[in-house]
Amino acid sequence: MGKKTSTIPFNGTPEQEAKLREIISAHKADKGALMPVLQQAQEVYGYLPIEVQEIIAKEMDIPLEKIYGVVTFYSQFSLNPKGKYTISVCLGTACYVKGSGDIFNKISEVLGIKGGETTPDGKFSLVDCRCIGACGLAPVMTVNDDVYGRLTVDEIAGILEKYQD
Amino acid sequence: MYRSHVLVCGGTGCTSSGSQHIIEALNTEIEKNGLKDEVQVVKTGCFGLCALGPIMIIYPEGTFYSMVKPDDIPEIVSEHLLKGRIVSRLVYKETVTDDGIKSLNDTNFYKKQHRVALRNCGVINPENIEEYIGTGGYEALGKVLTEMTPEQVIQTILDSGLRGRGGGGFPTGLKWKLARNIVPDADQKYVCCNADEGDPGAFMDRSVLEGDPHVVLEAMAIAGYAIGASQGYIYVRAEYPIAVKRLEIAIRQAREYGLLGKDIFGTGFDFDIGLRLGAGAFVCGEETALMTSIEGNRGEPRPRPPFPAEKGLFQKPTILNNVETYANVPQIILNGPEWFASMGTEKSKGTKVFALGGKINNTGLVEVPMGTTLRTVIEEIGGGIPNGKKFKAAQTGGPSGGCIPAEHYDIEIDYDNLIAIGSMMGSGGLIVMDEDNCMVDIAKFFLEFTVDESCGKCTPCRIGTKRLYELLDKITKGNGTLEDIDKIERLCYYIKENSLCGLGQTAPNPVLSTLRYFRDEYIAHVVDKKCPAGVCRSLLQYYIDPDKCRGCTLCARQCPANAISGTVKNPHVIDTAKCIKCGACMEKCKFGAISKK
Repeated sequence: MGKKTSTIPFNGTPEQEAKLREIISAHKADKGALMPVLQQAQEVYGYLPIEVQEIIAKEMDIPLEKIYGVVTFYSQFSLNPKGKYTISVCLGTACYVKGSGDIFNKISEVLGIKGGETTPDGKFSLVDCRCIGACGLAPVMTVNDDVYGRLTVDEIAGILEKYQD
Repeated sequence: MYRSHVLVCGGTGCTSSGSQHIIEALNTEIEKNGLKDEVQVVKTGCFGLCALGPIMIIYPEGTFYSMVKPDDIPEIVSEHLLKGRIVSRLVYKETVTDDGIKSLNDTNFYKKQHRVALRNCGVINPENIEEYIGTGGYEALGKVLTEMTPEQVIQTILDSGLRGRGGGGFPTGLKWKLARNIVPDADQKYVCCNADEGDPGAFMDRSVLEGDPHVVLEAMAIAGYAIGASQGYIYVRAEYPIAVKRLEIAIRQAREYGLLGKDIFGTGFDFDIGLRLGAGAFVCGEETALMTSIEGNRGEPRPRPPFPAEKGLFQKPTILNNVETYANVPQIILNGPEWFASMGTEKSKGTKVFALGGKINNTGLVEVPMGTTLRTVIEEIGGGIPNGKKFKAAQTGGPSGGCIPAEHYDIEIDYDNLIAIGSMMGSGGLIVMDEDNCMVDIAKFFLEFTVDESCGKCTPCRIGTKRLYELLDKITKGNGTLEDIDKIERLCYYIKENSLCGLGQTAPNPVLSTLRYFRDEYIAHVVDKKCPAGVCRSLLQYYIDPDKCRGCTLCARQCPANAISGTVKNPHVIDTAKCIKCGACMEKCKFGAISKK
């Protein structure tokens, strides 16, 4: 998994930082609090740039390299900001045998980005995911919170058009 | 008191197909028709028949409406709920007979099922603890705390023959016994629940958590009493937001009712449960990796021994059981071990939940007694394979398991039978494949998954799976040799024998089992340079049938590589040297003249 440090400048606001500090102090006493803190920090910032990891390291008194190690281990944590819409195509077995690989390739072709990338205008990110558990609707993809099931390749362009705002 | 109850599935499958809109529409219409005090809408967990979602059942009649749309709701409310006339065009077809509407339990999908773990799913409102208590919930915890010693609890679980439903099939009672006895003077012990259901295509644990979260809490408290632990953790996938939310609600309600926390039932027994969310790492379903992750680290496995029963979470004695395993526990306590052991086969007792997926009509969740044949599950309960295609294989156990070919269609499914034919129970994902699926491609698919999910701690898994993937990729691209097949086999055994944890030790299984049953398909790829199922793109050739082609030129205009030539109203031809095999021509052809082989 190639994860690089973000090249996009960090734009954290003081409100976000205050929120982050609040989260940290709420969890400080818990055993093994790092994961919940990182998860909530990602909710606040949308991703986990090195600047945020540094604050967490300092406040929780955990070495930065350990935090970076944890962040890069789990696929849910992102070092880069995500697009306005995250398209995630299920490549779990049930969807795969029903052709979700073709769906993924089609989106990648239409948007001109690969899995894990974001379009240059910051609108779409494309990711593959492992089974969201809606196997009855296979093949399935989600665009933020909207779920699209029983997909065919032909429908892709129409679906993406809905998100042109 | 309400005269009618409308149960709408609020599981992930039905929520994804829009059940929330159904509930909103129902409430609006019920209000409009003045039925608010007579009809109650209940959002339940999964009914199991996910393929037909959104699903809705109206009681007391038990009418089963499937694939409901918000536009149908005004009619259902005014006809069925107001006037008592069933809207038969919206009812699940199989329940409509000449003599009227038959009960859901008599349909093929449900009649061979036996629901123990899924007992309450689709029956109660999972966000209301009183509904769980109303169906006998927390009685088992009461019985355990007031009438039984911890040793008796463990003996009961041992006698029932319950084995771990998460994959390995280790006897649950034995696990508890070890955790109770191995470090008798431990100051702290932990009870953990593995809800990191990572096997793609398996979703039974999610359904239990969404449909009946309290059963897990109750069972964990029982386990806590049995081994002498006062703290539990549930490690649940963050990809399951509905399950997480319902667990949070359930834990809060259980605390309010004094069923979690201090001095439960006034017996002096303390037990509380914390929730920990995974962050998308398959390896965290492995027990030691899961514990490492709860501790706030990279979720890498640890060598065993020491086993978690001795040194587990935070170095304290710990048990870890899977969601479905826990879902059986309260029923075993209430109905006795003999009742549980009366179901199933000699060494696999009770029932097992399977998530049916892939090329099968009734995708969804089914629970059957152990020992039910694969044929029964697929043909009778699952409704067979769509489009008249032929059954080729069923894949069980996900990336750790193997496939069951047609020659074993009548196998009685239990732990030991599956191992004997080179597959495994796993968590219960059952993916059906038909003649259009290429087994080499499937093996490659699973390897791609393990390469991606290997944590990288040990070399055999980190590098071995990568090399294995490359060899499979070479074969699917038409560059493989017979020698590569031998290399694959040698590498498989090397990875199995030398990897640190279950992920690596089982990663070669999908390859070994497809090689065992579908070696001819591998050979076809390697020697004939053909993919018999027509999946592996590099080995395909697109072809236009001159008899069917009308010369409409649509394909030629679609082709991004200008590989199609021909004039108007005359048959076109594909230049296979130029063809990039994108399939765009076949997609567009209105006359079905283009095929691949």
